[in-house]
Amino acid sequence: MKIVVLVKYVPEPTATWTYADDLTIDRAGVEGRLSELDEYAVEQALQLTEKGLDAEIVYLTMGPAKAVDGLRKALSMGGTSGVHVLDDALHASDAMATSLVLAKAIEAVGDVDLVMSGMASTDAEMSVVPSMVAARLGWPQVTFAAALEVDGSTVRIRRDSDTGSQNVEASLPAVVSVTDQTGEARYPSFKGIMAGKKKPVTTMTLADIGVDASAVGAGAAKSVTASANVRPPKEAGTVITDEGDGAAKIADFLASAKFI
Amino acid sequence: MAPVLVLIERVDGAVRKPSLELLTLARRIGEPAALVLGAVDDATVATLGEHGATTVYSVDAPELTDYLIVPAAEAVTHVAKMLDPAAVLVTSGPDGKEIAGRVAVALDSGIITDAVDIQPGDGSPVVTQSVFSGTWLADSTITSGTPVITVRTNSVAVETSPSTPSVESVDVAFSDLARAAKVTGTTAKQSSGRPDLTDAAIVVAGGRGMGSEDAFALVEGVADALGAAVAASRAATDMGWYGHEFQVGQTGKTVSPSLYIAAGISGAIQHRAGMQGSKTIVAVNKDPKAPIFEIADFGVVGDLHTVLPALTEELGKR
Repeated sequence: MKIVVLVKYVPEPTATWTYADDLTIDRAGVEGRLSELDEYAVEQALQLTEKGLDAEIVYLTMGPAKAVDGLRKALSMGGTSGVHVLDDALHASDAMATSLVLAKAIEAVGDVDLVMSGMASTDAEMSVVPSMVAARLGWPQVTFAAALEVDGSTVRIRRDSDTGSQNVEASLPAVVSVTDQTGEARYPSFKGIMAGKKKPVTTMTLADIGVDASAVGAGAAKSVTASANVRPPKEAGTVITDEGDGAAKIADFLASAKFI
Repeated sequence: MAPVLVLIERVDGAVRKPSLELLTLARRIGEPAALVLGAVDDATVATLGEHGATTVYSVDAPELTDYLIVPAAEAVTHVAKMLDPAAVLVTSGPDGKEIAGRVAVALDSGIITDAVDIQPGDGSPVVTQSVFSGTWLADSTITSGTPVITVRTNSVAVETSPSTPSVESVDVAFSDLARAAKVTGTTAKQSSGRPDLTDAAIVVAGGRGMGSEDAFALVEGVADALGAAVAASRAATDMGWYGHEFQVGQTGKTVSPSLYIAAGISGAIQHRAGMQGSKTIVAVNKDPKAPIFEIADFGVVGDLHTVLPALTEELGKR
């Protein structure tokens, strides 16, 4: 069996992000890392093989040259190999183009039984790409899994919502996204980091996966950001130290703001 | 005026408040056409009409509850192709975003998620998003296809605009793929009797500083005195002190209530990403350097284990 885990190299969440001149996220100006939410997918893929599923694990990313660091991080946790879709034309691609490129790259990898990803990226936070990739592949989507199991031909998940939880199952091949409820991701061991550096990473261009450059990037984007502005800082509030009257002071504040 | 297709969500047969917010926004850019998944009753039609829906479309089929996401996306796509609307509006949330993503692929259209405002534009509506953990506001438009927009809850005040909608039942021929991810079981959650976290006007949240599961009774006490929803930071849900479905932050829910009371929450960027849009923020924390105080309108440096019960008592007196 072959599992492809979609991983994204994102700006470090604790850094201060800003826009580049073309109103895309300035990725060059901040440190990057493997999206924390994708680490849960890496962890679940590894656990599936450790529980006895006979599977090769391929990590797939698209992004600038530095994005290979995200693949290396995943490979240091475990898995077989990496694929990096690297092409200057990809810059400023929207979710529509991203899902197209990922679906075409999955087809180029070939013989894939299961696609896994995090529930969202920690930069764009859209949560739409897994379902869009599933739509483009024409495969079942079994998404926002809080728990999952896979046997030879079927994937079963638990999907939690505000009103309850659903058990969902589908035949393979399928696209699965996992939430942070699936369990903490492991830290790479020193041995894992050394081994990860030697694992094969293949670079693919748009031509390699059969996508025309006119279908991606800023030119193909179906939405455009016209302006972006730093939200005006909130006016500094009042902070007091509790001297036995903290609760009464809060109640006074709530009354003055007409909440009570 | 062009129709604006609004996907309606219901809980226990009642239209959810976020759907009424969508109808309010839809009226700014066209004529709201409500799409209800499942059978419509008089009460649903009356509520949608009161909030300006001129047409109510109903797709009622067992696939919509028996299979995940895809049947709903195909239903929205079918009605969107029928109407050629000025936009498709869906509530942000796991289901709404995935439905919207598939609709965008099916219509070959642009998609914008987590809108906090929509205004009429030159052709396509102007959509405002709060991005980079709420530190920036960005205005964007969709330049290709039917704009597909998901909207954050509590982004707009619900306004009524009474009309008498026509009701039309629509048959959708679902694909085989729509029947591929089968729901084999459903477990309903016990209702807390408190408002739904994503719709609530007031939210009271506890974090790592709560120190224990039992201490969350203090948060619940304040919440019940205010008629508020209860929330928790990821630190607190990871400890198992409160249910994951109540988690606010980057990996949980995004809320923007009128009032957010944070107790024992330091205010790390991951938490702020989920609550920074709150109109008024009150914080109680024993650490005067906690970043939550930077965004609080009113803060108390003190022990929440004494401040919260005293606040519950104080609220009872007023």
